[in-house]
Amino acid sequence: MRKVLIKGNDAIVRGALLGGATHFFGYPITPASEIAQGAANLFTRSGRTFLQAESETSAINMIYGAASTGARVMTASSGPGVALMLEGLSYLAGAELPSVIVDVQRAGPGLGNIWPEQSDYNMCCKGGGHGSFHNIVLAPSSGQEMTDFAYRAFDIADAYRMTVIILTDAYVGQMMEPVGFPSAVRHGARKSWAVYGDESSRQNLISSIVMNQTGMAELNIMLQEKYARAARDLTDWDEIETEDAEFLLIAFGITSRVASTAVSHLRENGLKVGLLRPKTLFPFPSERIAELAGQVNLMAVAELNNGMMAQDVELAVRGGCDVRKYNWYGGMVPSADELASRVREDFNG
Amino acid sequence: MVKHAKPKGFYDTFERKSSQGGPESETTHYCPGCGHGTVHKLIAEALEDFGIKDRTVFLSPVGCSVFAYYYFDTGNIQCSHGRAPAVGTGVIRSLDDAVVISYQGDGDLAGIGTAEIVHAANRGENMAVFFVNNAIYGMTGGQLAPTTLLGQETTTTPLGRLADREGGPIHMSEMLDALDGPAFIERTSLSNAAGVMKTRKAVRKALTNQVERRGFSFVEILSPCPVGWKLTPIQSRIWIKDNMETIFQVKRFRDREEGSRGTGRMPLMGDEELKELLGSDHGEEARKGENLETECRVKIAGFGGQGVMSAGVLLANTAIGEGLEATWLPSYGPEMRGGTANASVVISDEPVGSPVVNRPTTLLAMNGPSLDSLEDSVITGGLIVVNSSLINRKVRRDDVKVVYAPVSDMAAEAGFLKGANVVMLSLYLLEKGVPGIQTLKTVIPKSIKKKELVEVNLKLVKAAEEFHAS
Repeated sequence: MRKVLIKGNDAIVRGALLGGATHFFGYPITPASEIAQGAANLFTRSGRTFLQAESETSAINMIYGAASTGARVMTASSGPGVALMLEGLSYLAGAELPSVIVDVQRAGPGLGNIWPEQSDYNMCCKGGGHGSFHNIVLAPSSGQEMTDFAYRAFDIADAYRMTVIILTDAYVGQMMEPVGFPSAVRHGARKSWAVYGDESSRQNLISSIVMNQTGMAELNIMLQEKYARAARDLTDWDEIETEDAEFLLIAFGITSRVASTAVSHLRENGLKVGLLRPKTLFPFPSERIAELAGQVNLMAVAELNNGMMAQDVELAVRGGCDVRKYNWYGGMVPSADELASRVREDFNG
Repeated sequence: MVKHAKPKGFYDTFERKSSQGGPESETTHYCPGCGHGTVHKLIAEALEDFGIKDRTVFLSPVGCSVFAYYYFDTGNIQCSHGRAPAVGTGVIRSLDDAVVISYQGDGDLAGIGTAEIVHAANRGENMAVFFVNNAIYGMTGGQLAPTTLLGQETTTTPLGRLADREGGPIHMSEMLDALDGPAFIERTSLSNAAGVMKTRKAVRKALTNQVERRGFSFVEILSPCPVGWKLTPIQSRIWIKDNMETIFQVKRFRDREEGSRGTGRMPLMGDEELKELLGSDHGEEARKGENLETECRVKIAGFGGQGVMSAGVLLANTAIGEGLEATWLPSYGPEMRGGTANASVVISDEPVGSPVVNRPTTLLAMNGPSLDSLEDSVITGGLIVVNSSLINRKVRRDDVKVVYAPVSDMAAEAGFLKGANVVMLSLYLLEKGVPGIQTLKTVIPKSIKKKELVEVNLKLVKAAEEFHAS
């Protein structure tokens, strides 16, 4: 495979186009703007559609409209913008519309700053909007995964009729790495439920309103069953040095990159430390983490927030193992040495 | 004439309504005397007469007409509150031949959805918007609307709307008439039969505009809400005439009868053309390079404009050119503007873990502030290359290797001051050996976008080689 050195944010746009994306509705925000800029160039030149909306609220509703017509649609934003899209995410979930949303996380709360955090974890992984819904959340940690996940996201979104969020951060978005591209261009198929403005789809209705209680309950139960199916079929993660690990680090995105370096340093010093890196945050690799809870003495979750993923880890291990929280805020990304020394303290303590 | 039979634009029976637990399937959910029934009928009749049912995508709002999809025998999309014009934008950008109808009330369009309607209108989106203005929120129980008249009592203005408290009624047609985008804007009234006939004409005009791709067409209809207004249906029609029409002028604001709107899209590329555009078959064939003694963690730092970012990209590309792994991470933000900027490059013979460089193995210092702030971070036994053209002082540490080189002067001598970064990078490669300077020479012609600058950059590499040899 040939590889080119590109930014993660550019890798997303290319992966999406190869994955069959036809429409991008966006609104600029640092550190995600390069995705909109790249899409404005490449979607437009390739005869696809790019439109800059008047707000993130409008962008997500343009997505709702285009997704209703069976198109493969996407947008990209960062925390403050994704927050404005939550209403739309709930409607997309209720109407079971497929879409792809990239969240290049920055620091919060409020306007925060443009440096990396992972504090949109709860907003993205727990649904975010009103109602009992979820999105599928993919967590790339490299330029290659930015392309690969964007490429795959549209097939997943179509198959589950769900929103797929690619949850990344300012560093993975800005970082340049060699990236190879898939050789086949994917295309969405015609959808039996979509509205095409033609005779055979005239009877179709895209809606999230169900006035009677039993009907609304049935929709909710069906959604939960869908999420359970996604958990069985889509849950994905990576493991480094876990076979004999006595101490398990868990991290995603940029933090997992730092953690992988820390693990190799710690192993050089003879400490049996492993790393589990979720590639899907919803569904979450709870079962595997529960298994490892029976093997290791201690787990630590390293993340750029106040312990959001750690809560999911605690739920998974159900008290079967002590879970430490290593947290950073405000755009502070630990060095591998700093993280390794935290592990060393707890390992020996 | 308005036909008295149910137009074929409606379903024969309203199954979607009865399936939600409603007892009847022959009648609408609207209250007696409500204007929605009239406007629905005018639209349904036109859909049938124009033969556009198959092509039509009908957007239901939030409000009393939330259930419009019970009735219209078209493709239907139910939207969130106020967002229908954005949803319609998404639809029309996907379906070139669709007739998009956005049917909205005053709370939906003139309250929560003002941004969406204004911008859809301004873009001139191909859609017909039917704005039913009854000066009150019906669905939620008779509250203040943006179009509620001064003095009008609602459940949230029990003492009447007061300009000093709630402001006055909003004039949407006049507002949209200030924009260049719309093709057609008219305000009509359902106060009497003549008004209904005028409304019928406006509805048909707006839909004809969609068939002819004339662009954004907006019909504001002053409409009765007897229940909300606590009046009889007949009193309500009189109330429109006496009270609403004096505030909201019934008139045609705009009718752009010429021209048609394109999609604004370029021709659709096929798969091979797309791959060519993305350059996805370009780049370096991945191969396994030679082993490095240790991972190289390089910090290139200088003023914004000294090319530290692009030197980092060149370095990463040179490493990849030799089959090594590399990451490049910029320091961005306010530092970009005039202060120091830096790029972190990690080169390894294995996949790179952390791309963050806190303790560089090498610092390439292009200016004084960079050396001041980063000198101490370099690891013991590391390398610092100092741009002695701009940095007068010596490195204070004695546990690192230091190379002093007047890279800015060397670049200036070659007549290309901006190439100081390439001189600096070349010196680094010459010091380290891997990746090699020969690879840089092959990378420069591929990486530098301005082809006329390739030659001078290669000249600078040569100058660096001569400096290094001496």
